[in-house]
Amino acid sequence: METETTTKDFPVFPVRAAMEAGDGVFAAFFWALRRDLRLAMRSRAELGVQILFYIIVVALFPLSMAPDRQLLLLLGPGVLWVAALLASLLSLPRLFASDYADGTLEQMALSPLPLPAIILGKIGAHWLTTGLPVVLLVPLLSIQYSLEAEAVWVLIVGLLIGTPILSLLGAIGAALTLGLRSGGGSLLALLILPLYTPVLIFGAMAVDVVRSGASAGAQLSLLAVGLLLALVGAPFATSAAVRISLD
Amino acid sequence: MGGFKYAAPAQFYPLAGKMAPWFAAAAAVLGVVGLVIGLYVAPIDVTQKDSYRIIFIHVPAAWMSMFLYVVMAFWGALALGLNTRLSAMMAQAIAPTGALMTALALWTGAFWGKPTWGTYWAWDARMTSELILLFLYLGIIALRNAIDDPRRADKACGVLALVGVINVPIIYMSVRWWNTLHQGASIQAGKSSIDAIMLWGMLIMVFAFWFYSIAVILIRLRAIMLEREAGSAWVARLTEGGEERG
Repeated sequence: METETTTKDFPVFPVRAAMEAGDGVFAAFFWALRRDLRLAMRSRAELGVQILFYIIVVALFPLSMAPDRQLLLLLGPGVLWVAALLASLLSLPRLFASDYADGTLEQMALSPLPLPAIILGKIGAHWLTTGLPVVLLVPLLSIQYSLEAEAVWVLIVGLLIGTPILSLLGAIGAALTLGLRSGGGSLLALLILPLYTPVLIFGAMAVDVVRSGASAGAQLSLLAVGLLLALVGAPFATSAAVRISLD
Repeated sequence: MGGFKYAAPAQFYPLAGKMAPWFAAAAAVLGVVGLVIGLYVAPIDVTQKDSYRIIFIHVPAAWMSMFLYVVMAFWGALALGLNTRLSAMMAQAIAPTGALMTALALWTGAFWGKPTWGTYWAWDARMTSELILLFLYLGIIALRNAIDDPRRADKACGVLALVGVINVPIIYMSVRWWNTLHQGASIQAGKSSIDAIMLWGMLIMVFAFWFYSIAVILIRLRAIMLEREAGSAWVARLTEGGEERG
């Protein structure tokens, strides 16, 4: 059923026209981005559940201790970051799983269009539907931890740079574990969470630095460097992983 | 370039079998010598008393844990790029030893930390990055176990090891920076100048760990070669006359 709607609603990509125009990379990127965004918008309930997961994790931490203002203030940024990591992790299987199951991913890999560009488009859609909501929720959720405005700003900027890295790195793990019987969430967590640690450290550290009165420029710049590295490397590593999984 | 003929498992299997006992013997001899130097000959440390002696295990294990990861990533990349069987098997054989060395470094580090710092675990930069390294090793082993097709497992682990090897320095730098921000440089072990005999003991132990790792990896590699090439002619020749393989 899903394949039917897919083929009906998404006409075959105009490969030849794109190749002749010489803009195969951008065309493939935007095509994949729009397609995945549209698919995501068709399953809004699923998206909502993922965002709720983030909200609930954030709300659970204060319940595990005395709701002391000072303590919450200290823990808040770290909790918001860890919850962002977990939310990203939880949504990763969605990135390729259905396309893998119905054969679309194989068609993408076979097409003459550059697979890394298609994958980057998919990752972009994944971030827009899971990473961006997390960032947008920060001002609201930080009220629960009574965070000060300064910290909230740094959190937002940090998450804005950091969450795309999570989607990019996570895509590699999602592609590597495609179609594995035991490949569910826990294996993906084992593969990906260690790689997430620098993002968590720099992101949470930026808030600490700002609170101690210094500028978080160094931490945020390092996150930006990480984002650039991931942008350059991850699509290629992911497309290699996808081809391996399709073999 | 005669060495390339050993890139075939059929050629390398007997060679590995010949080399492994030598490395094992060297590891045993050097291990005994190193431990005797470390535990009896080396003088007692003024500040840390006898507890410092665990560095004769701890430091070589920590070095091997990091070095083996790079070697594993190298063989994994080679397998990925050249589609060679033996290098993939090599990477597969290295992973458990690397994980063991990482666990050993963490374990001895904790036992060293208790008498010197008064705590088993301190979120010290090196300890934290070793812990993450252990997760990276376990992730690679788990990924291999989760994939039934060995060729796919080879390549998938190669990609993961490569991504990991790029990340290891980043992880280390981030953890170190995080640690200095939060704790200050309170933990600074080994500030006292090392005695010459201690250095010798340490060096000998490092070589013992090297040779042990090589021996164990070669033996594991032989088992992997037999298992994965079970249907091939050279394994059949080896097992000729023996019982039917179940």
